[in-house]
Amino acid sequence: MTPGVFEYHRPNTVEEALALLGQFGEDGKVLAGGHSLVPMMKLRLAEPAHLIDINAIDGLRGIRDEGDVIVIGAGTTQAEVLTSDLLAKKCPILPEAAAQIADPQVRNCGTIGGNCANGDPGNDDPAIMMALDASYTLQSQDGERQIAAREFYQGIYTTALADNELLTEVRIPTPAEGVGMSYQKIKRKVGDYAIAAAAVTLSMSNGQCTDAAIALTNVGDTALLPLAAADAIKGTSVDASAVDAAAEAAMAASEPVEDLRGTREYRTAMAGQMTRQAIVEALSRAAGS
Amino acid sequence: MSSQKISLTINGESVEAEVEPRTLLIHFLREELNLTGSHIGCETSHCGACTVDLNGKSVKSCTVFAVQANGGELVTIEGLANGTEMHPLQEGFYEAHGLQCGYCTPGMLIRAYRLLQENPDPSDDEIRVGISGNLCRCTGYQNIVEAIRYAADKINQAEGAD
Ligand SMILES: Cc1cc2nc3c(=O)[nH]c(=O)nc-3n(C[C@H](O)[C@H](O)[C@H](O)COP(=O)(O)OP(=O)(O)OC[C@H]3O[C@@H](n4cnc5c(N)ncnc54)[C@H](O)[C@@H]3O)c2cc1C
Ligand code: FES
Ligand code: FES
Repeated sequence: MTPGVFEYHRPNTVEEALALLGQFGEDGKVLAGGHSLVPMMKLRLAEPAHLIDINAIDGLRGIRDEGDVIVIGAGTTQAEVLTSDLLAKKCPILPEAAAQIADPQVRNCGTIGGNCANGDPGNDDPAIMMALDASYTLQSQDGERQIAAREFYQGIYTTALADNELLTEVRIPTPAEGVGMSYQKIKRKVGDYAIAAAAVTLSMSNGQCTDAAIALTNVGDTALLPLAAADAIKGTSVDASAVDAAAEAAMAASEPVEDLRGTREYRTAMAGQMTRQAIVEALSRAAGS
Repeated sequence: MSSQKISLTINGESVEAEVEPRTLLIHFLREELNLTGSHIGCETSHCGACTVDLNGKSVKSCTVFAVQANGGELVTIEGLANGTEMHPLQEGFYEAHGLQCGYCTPGMLIRAYRLLQENPDPSDDEIRVGISGNLCRCTGYQNIVEAIRYAADKINQAEGAD
C-alpha cells in the first residue's frame, strides 16, 4: 500500500502554490489534510506526478468574522472548526457537523477546503455549504473568482475547480440572529460516511417560517438542494404536515446508489427521516417559533 | 526518484534521514528506523493502530508522508515509558486488562496519551469519543475505558500531591 512515485513540493505562500499549480496543470495535485487523497493514492486510484502540500501556508488557516460574512481559510482543520467559539455562536451547524465527520485523528488533519473541494458525495460539508449559501474563493495565477457552493458540484469527483486553481477560503453569509440550523446524519459507525444526512436552516417570525434551506448528503452524485423540500415548510408554522411534505420532497429528490450502506429504498427513506429530524431540531433552535 | 532529506525529533532524539516523498510515515518508522511498535491494521485509514503523536496531535501515520514530518516532533509508543518505569497508561492497561491480542494497544496508548493532555479528567463518554478513531477487535472497549480512567486518576493524584 505505497503510493506511486511523485515529486513533493511544500510552498510557503499562496503565490508559490499558484505558480506550482500553473506549472504542473493536471499533473499536479493539492495535498491538504490528505485524508481523502492519500488513501486514494495508496489504492493507486490517484497517481499525481506532483504533490503540492499547502500545510505550510499559514495564510490559509483561520476563521474570521467580517461582519456580514464568516470566512474560513481552506486549510482550517475540522478539529479547529469543532472547537471554534465564533462558529459555535454564529454558525453552530459547522461544529455540529464536524463532530460527525470521521474521528479525532482524521479531524486533526482533514480540512474544510479539502472537504469542500474533494467532490465526493459522501463528504459532509458540501451540503451544509449549499444550505448556508456559502461561496468559495478560487485563486489561480490568472486571478480570483467566487463561486457559489450551489453551483460548484457537477458530478462524482467533478467540480468547477480548474486544474490550476486553489480553493483559498469558504465565505458564509453570517446567519441572521435567531436562525435555527441542524445537521442530522445517520451512519453505520463512527468514521463512516453518511447513509444519508440532511442540513437544514430556517428562520421563524411570529410562528411562521419566513425562510428555509434544505440540503442532502450522499444520496446523489453530489450534495443535493431540493428546493421543493424547503418550499414545503416556508410560509407554514412547520407543523407535522409541513414536515411530512418536506420529507416527501427530499425523498423524491434522492437518488442514492445501493451499496454496503443499504438499498436505494432504505437510503431514500433515511434521507426523508434525516430531513424530518433536522427540521424539528432546527425549529427547536430557532427564535420566533 | 529523488529522495529528500528530513530531520525530526522522535521520542526526544534527533533523527536525520533521506526519504522518498512517497514513503508513508508508518513505513519510515517501522522499516527504516525499526520502530515497530506502531502497527498497520488496515489499508483504509480507519483502524488507528498506526496512531502517533506529531507536533502535539494524534495522527494516523499511515496517512501522512514522512516528508511531512520534517522539522516535527514525534512521540511513538516506544517513547511512552520512562526507562523501565511504565507510563500510568501502560500500567492502567496492565491493571485493568485493557488488552487481549494487543494489536491495537500501541495506537490506543499513544492516542490516550494525547487525550489525557487535552482533557485530563474525561468522563467515560469523553474517553469513548476520544478513542473513536481506534478500533479494537478483542476487548469490547470496556476495559480500555477503565484503563484510561485508571491512568487519568493516577496522573491527577500525582499532580494533586505535588
Ligand atoms: C477514516 C476516515 C473517515 C472519514 N469520514 C468522513 C466523514 O464522515 N465525512 C466526511 O465528510 N469526510 C470523511 N472523511 C474524509 C475526510 O474528512 C477528508 O479529510 C476530507 O474529505 C478531505 O479533506 P483533506 O483536507 O484531507 O483533503 P485532501 O485529502 O488533502 O484532498 C482532497 C481533494 O481535494 C483537493 N484539495 C484539497 N484542498 C484543496 C484546496 N484548498 N484547493 C483545491 N483543491 C484542494 C485535493 O487535491 C484532493 O483532490 C474520512 C476520512 C477517513 C480517512
Ligand atoms: S493502519 Fe489503519 S489507520 Fe493507519
Ligand atoms: S486487543 Fe486485540 S485488537 Fe485490541
